[in-house]
Amino acid sequence: MDLEAPKIKSAEEFFYIQRNYQKQYRDNNRFIAICGDTGCTARNSKAILGSLDRCLKEKDLSETVGARFTGCLGLCESGPLVIVYPEEILYHRVIPDDMPEIVEETVQAGRIIDRLIYRDPSSGEKYAYARGLPFYKKQVRNLLSGNWKTDPTKIEDYIAQGGYEALVKAVTEMSPGEVVQEVKEARLRGRGGAGFDAGLKWEECFKASGRKFIICNADEGDPGAFMDRSLLEGNPHAVLEGLIIGAYATDAREGVVYIRSEYPTAVEKIKTAINRAKELGLVGDDILGSGFGIQIYLSIGAGAFVCGETSALIASVDGRVGEPVQKPPRLVQQGYLDRPTVVNNVETLANVPHIIKQGAENYRATGTEASSGTKIFSLVGKVNNTGLVEVPLGMTLREIIFEIGGGIKEGKAFKAVQTGGPSGGCLPASYLDLPTDFESLTEVGSMMGSGGMIVMDEDTCMVDLAGYFLKFLADESCGCCFTCREGISRLLELVQNISCGRGSLDQLDLLKELAEVVKDSTLCGLGQTAPNPVLSTIKYFEDEYRVHILQNKCPAGVCRALITFEIIESYCNGCGLCKKNCPSDAITGEQKKPHYIDKDQCDKCGICFSTCRNEAILKQ
Amino acid sequence: MINLTMDGLKINVEPGATLLDVARFYGANIPTLCYDEALSPYGACRLCLVEIGEPGKSRLVSSCTYPAREKLNVRTNTVRVMQTRKMIIELYLATCPSSKTIQDLASKYGVTGVRFSPKNEECILCGLCVRMCEEQMQAKAIGFVDRGVNRRISTAFDRKSEQCRLCGACMYICPVCQVRCQGPSG
Amino acid sequence: MKKNTVLGLEVPCGPNGVSVITVLQAIQGYYGYLPEEALEKAARELKVPLIDFYSVATFYKNFRLAPQGRREVVTCAGTACHVRGSEKITEEISRTLGVDISSTTEDGEYSLKCVNCVGACALAPLIIVDGRYYGQMTPLKVRRLFSDNPTKTEQTVSSGLSK
Repeated sequence: MDLEAPKIKSAEEFFYIQRNYQKQYRDNNRFIAICGDTGCTARNSKAILGSLDRCLKEKDLSETVGARFTGCLGLCESGPLVIVYPEEILYHRVIPDDMPEIVEETVQAGRIIDRLIYRDPSSGEKYAYARGLPFYKKQVRNLLSGNWKTDPTKIEDYIAQGGYEALVKAVTEMSPGEVVQEVKEARLRGRGGAGFDAGLKWEECFKASGRKFIICNADEGDPGAFMDRSLLEGNPHAVLEGLIIGAYATDAREGVVYIRSEYPTAVEKIKTAINRAKELGLVGDDILGSGFGIQIYLSIGAGAFVCGETSALIASVDGRVGEPVQKPPRLVQQGYLDRPTVVNNVETLANVPHIIKQGAENYRATGTEASSGTKIFSLVGKVNNTGLVEVPLGMTLREIIFEIGGGIKEGKAFKAVQTGGPSGGCLPASYLDLPTDFESLTEVGSMMGSGGMIVMDEDTCMVDLAGYFLKFLADESCGCCFTCREGISRLLELVQNISCGRGSLDQLDLLKELAEVVKDSTLCGLGQTAPNPVLSTIKYFEDEYRVHILQNKCPAGVCRALITFEIIESYCNGCGLCKKNCPSDAITGEQKKPHYIDKDQCDKCGICFSTCRNEAILKQ
Repeated sequence: MINLTMDGLKINVEPGATLLDVARFYGANIPTLCYDEALSPYGACRLCLVEIGEPGKSRLVSSCTYPAREKLNVRTNTVRVMQTRKMIIELYLATCPSSKTIQDLASKYGVTGVRFSPKNEECILCGLCVRMCEEQMQAKAIGFVDRGVNRRISTAFDRKSEQCRLCGACMYICPVCQVRCQGPSG
Repeated sequence: MKKNTVLGLEVPCGPNGVSVITVLQAIQGYYGYLPEEALEKAARELKVPLIDFYSVATFYKNFRLAPQGRREVVTCAGTACHVRGSEKITEEISRTLGVDISSTTEDGEYSLKCVNCVGACALAPLIIVDGRYYGQMTPLKVRRLFSDNPTKTEQTVSSGLSK
């Protein structure tokens, strides 16, 4: 397509252009999709694309076989992923040198390459077709399906798949009030954490008069969560379309995408998307001849977790220090530049086109009564199939972790799952059958959060984990409220005392008491939820805290002050590997004779433990 | 006028008033460390907490920043408020044990022991001096630097500020360190 | 602030023109860090108190007030990386290169930075060296990566594949 394409001025023109794109797309149904998400790119998927291009050129297939560098395909653990269309054959852990073979064998000869197909780590069964994989089978990929087939830099791909149809419908057939009504009826709840009704927010903003703003919150700060990044990298136009529809519904004429700078690829993709949409006239003045127009700005974060909190985010968009402020007044009354402002999360906005296109009723058919639609989780940690999963709200944790996630790595025992990032909590095995919806998770002391789901096995120490989150928050708190700043630092002090073996039962009680006070007395969501990791680990794993305190032992073998390494003489063959690798020169011994660890010298890094081939090192 | 209930009393207040304004006007005893009538409220010290909302769904908010709103049910001296406040004072006492103001607060609210390890901070980051410098002196020589547990108050690049006129207002308004505070040093 | 060049540098505008953050981002984009003199000049040009620049520059983690090393090593400390042992990785880098977190080696070669999650959790624990991601790190891989002959090992480490 040439860059001088005229702007689309009406719905008819849009559908005419869409037919053209669809024809182009259909004509090229033989193509190879290579995952271009950060995860797979980090494993060299760009080189795979290069190798494919070269290979197609050599064989003179460039005209008949397409190559698409797509967004996240989901199964990040097995990256880089490659899917051959139209059969949808999925190859995993592909290296650039595999590409000629894929082209020759699969594309030309129609044969499946056995060594590249996915093998289930627990059952050992092989799967050649993407849709057959247990990982994908149980998912409902409404938002992520676009990732599979579209090149995120090409608006043509998105439009050919039905993209921007919802925008056309909204601005040419519906009034803003009707759009709001539809979203309200769909019971779309904010996917960023609190689960506030998005329709209600829009309605209130629509009713306000004067200059208004709509902000897309892409400051995904929860560690272990990357849903928003993958949406922006894989399908930026879906988010943009949601934002424009939101602006239409709230009558905001200025939109801002606030995105964190830790996601450079996502920043590039959304920038490109905005420019392409501008060129086609889908962003700008008088969209599709409706008289409605919107300007969209990009605001790049400067690195502060607290800016995910909406009032801090607004301070940051304004260029100030990201300190949350007292609500009320709420942001829809007085937000950015003291004007009514709606802030929606990336995933929330990506849901909007689906609602408008299929109608509220159809949308509500997925999920539960109070939590409708799907939710994307980033399933990470000690689980076999690390990746991005999209499931109907209300699916149980067990289904997600064991059926989709394929269970725990290396056949170890499940210990806990952490949801909701630093504001969430850890849930033990007894809650595996809990449905994942907003209320259920909050009720048991965790929360939905933005959708990070970190699975932990027997090797994770809960006291250490609580300390990890507190350390994170001590650093990320803005420091304004005394109870948050000093409270978190004191909570951390107490937890560290316990993990160093200096704890007492009195301190455990004090920890609980202080945690409740911090929760109760802090201004913003960060401080109010900061004690959750401590409170939930004490609630469900108090025994582990007690073992640390009373027996000076760390059952998971994590807390350094409480563990020791020793070489079992009869197992050691004196290979010297541990001695060579020990960074603190704590290991002595002659070749081919049992070695010995000097406990005073040892700083318990565990390198010897992981390098020993004879399991001669004992961790206690 | 806004109608609300405070400690069971039905009262009318002007729009724009904060809960702290209302409470102090009606004589409720609410301690503060970061509040001054002449400066904009900041809500940093968290001592002025009050409980709002119906029992069962109530929560604590800082009264100095929370606006009076229609039909709000405010309680200034519930067990929850008092216990939370006591713990906050204990934290203050552990952080700045040598401050006279904090010692007085502790004795007034019956905080007799400190269960945390003592620190020897000289600043509680209430931000009164920062607001004083900006709002009353129109200088803006000092401000908050860094964040989280590392937050402190200083001049830009920690050296003498061109904006500082050595007026001493920052030292005057400091609730904690009083005489020890040297102001923005050169 | 309705101006889109500061110190001759182009600064992107939001709905409200340029902001302290966008100005700092532009300055850092040009110099690689935030030199004191540049901030002073910018503050004068925009008639903003210098402390506003300093507060913002120290509040946000991406701003650097000192020049960086020629090579940047970033370790991820997200939850997924933490439960897969990122602490040991950071420690090993720190030990191998002789540099603390958020500082630069004496010879100005390496800067070590620890960030809270870069969202590539499937690669956990991971580090980023000059924009290149290295996944499934172990303390041993770290040592190999920063050994005297990095080019050869770099490839084996970076592919991170274990078939």
